[in-house]
Amino acid sequence: MLDFSKNYFDLFGLPVGYIVDASSLADRYRDLQRVVHPDRYANGTEQERRLSVQGASLINEAFETLKDPVARAAYLLSLHGVEMDAQNESTQDMAFLMQQMELREELESLREQAGPFETLLDLSGRINKQITDLVAQIAMQFETPNDEQLQEAREILRKMRFLQKLRSETERVEAELEDRLN
Amino acid sequence: MAYSDKVLDHYENPRNVGAFDKEDTQVGTGMVGAPACGDVMRLQIKVNDDGVIEDARFKTYGCGSAIASSSLLTEWVKGKTLDQAQEIKNSEIAEELALPPVKVHCSVLAEDAIKAAIKDYSDKNEK
Repeated sequence: MLDFSKNYFDLFGLPVGYIVDASSLADRYRDLQRVVHPDRYANGTEQERRLSVQGASLINEAFETLKDPVARAAYLLSLHGVEMDAQNESTQDMAFLMQQMELREELESLREQAGPFETLLDLSGRINKQITDLVAQIAMQFETPNDEQLQEAREILRKMRFLQKLRSETERVEAELEDRLN
Repeated sequence: MAYSDKVLDHYENPRNVGAFDKEDTQVGTGMVGAPACGDVMRLQIKVNDDGVIEDARFKTYGCGSAIASSSLLTEWVKGKTLDQAQEIKNSEIAEELALPPVKVHCSVLAEDAIKAAIKDYSDKNEK
C-alpha cells in the first residue's frame, strides 16, 4: 500500500528540496489519498484496514508539512540532521527583534483607529512581504547545503516563526474587527 | 491551562509597562524572543551614577506567563545593583509565579532579557 519508511518527499515522489511545485504536490496528494482510501479496504483484512487508516494520516501529515513553508523548512533541516530546539533557541538579531516589537505595537494600536482595515491591509502586506523574502532566502540556503548554509537556514527559520505567529495574530485581529462591524 | 493567582495578578495589572529612550546612556535595553511561541520581550533598566537600577520598564507580546515573568522582574530589579540583578535566576521567577514546566521557558526569556539589558548598558558606558 504505502512505504511507511519513506521520507515525505519520496512518499510524494518529489525531489528533496525546499522548492516544491504546489500543483504536483496537490496532484500527488489526491493520488495517494485514493491509494489508501478506506473504501478500497472495506472487504480487506483487519490489518489492511488499519494500514489504510494509518496511511491516510501519514499522507495528511506529510501534505501539511510540505505545503507550509515554515514546517517544510523545519522538516528539511531535520532530514539534514539539524534538529531545532524550538523552545530554547532564538534569534539574536536585535534589529529584527526590534522590528517585530514595532510591528506588534502597530497591530495593537490599530484596534483603536477609526478606519483600521486599510492599515491592517497595509500591515499584513508588509508581513507577507517579509515572509516571502525569507522564503526566498531559505530556498537559496537549501540549494546545495553545507553546514554553514544549514545554520543560516536555521536562523532564517527562527525568524519565520516570529512572522508566522504575527500573521496569525493579524488574522485574529481582523476577525475581531469584522465581528464588531456585524 | 490554569494560571496561578500571581500570574493572573501580573497579567491583569502589569507593573512598569512602557519604554525609556533607548539612546539614553543611563538606559540599558534587552530585546529577546522565543521562536516557539513567537513571543517578543523588551526589558529596559535605568541606572544611576552609583550603578543602581532606579527604574525599569517592559513590553511583552506573548502569553500570560511571559508577561508575568517580565512584569515581576521589573519589580525585582529596582533598587538592585547591576551585579545583584545579574544574579537573578529564572528558577526564582518560575518559583515565585508557580509556573508549570511547559511555561518555564517564559522565565528563561525574562532572565535572558535582564542579562541583555545589563550588557547593553555596560557596552554603552564602557567607553
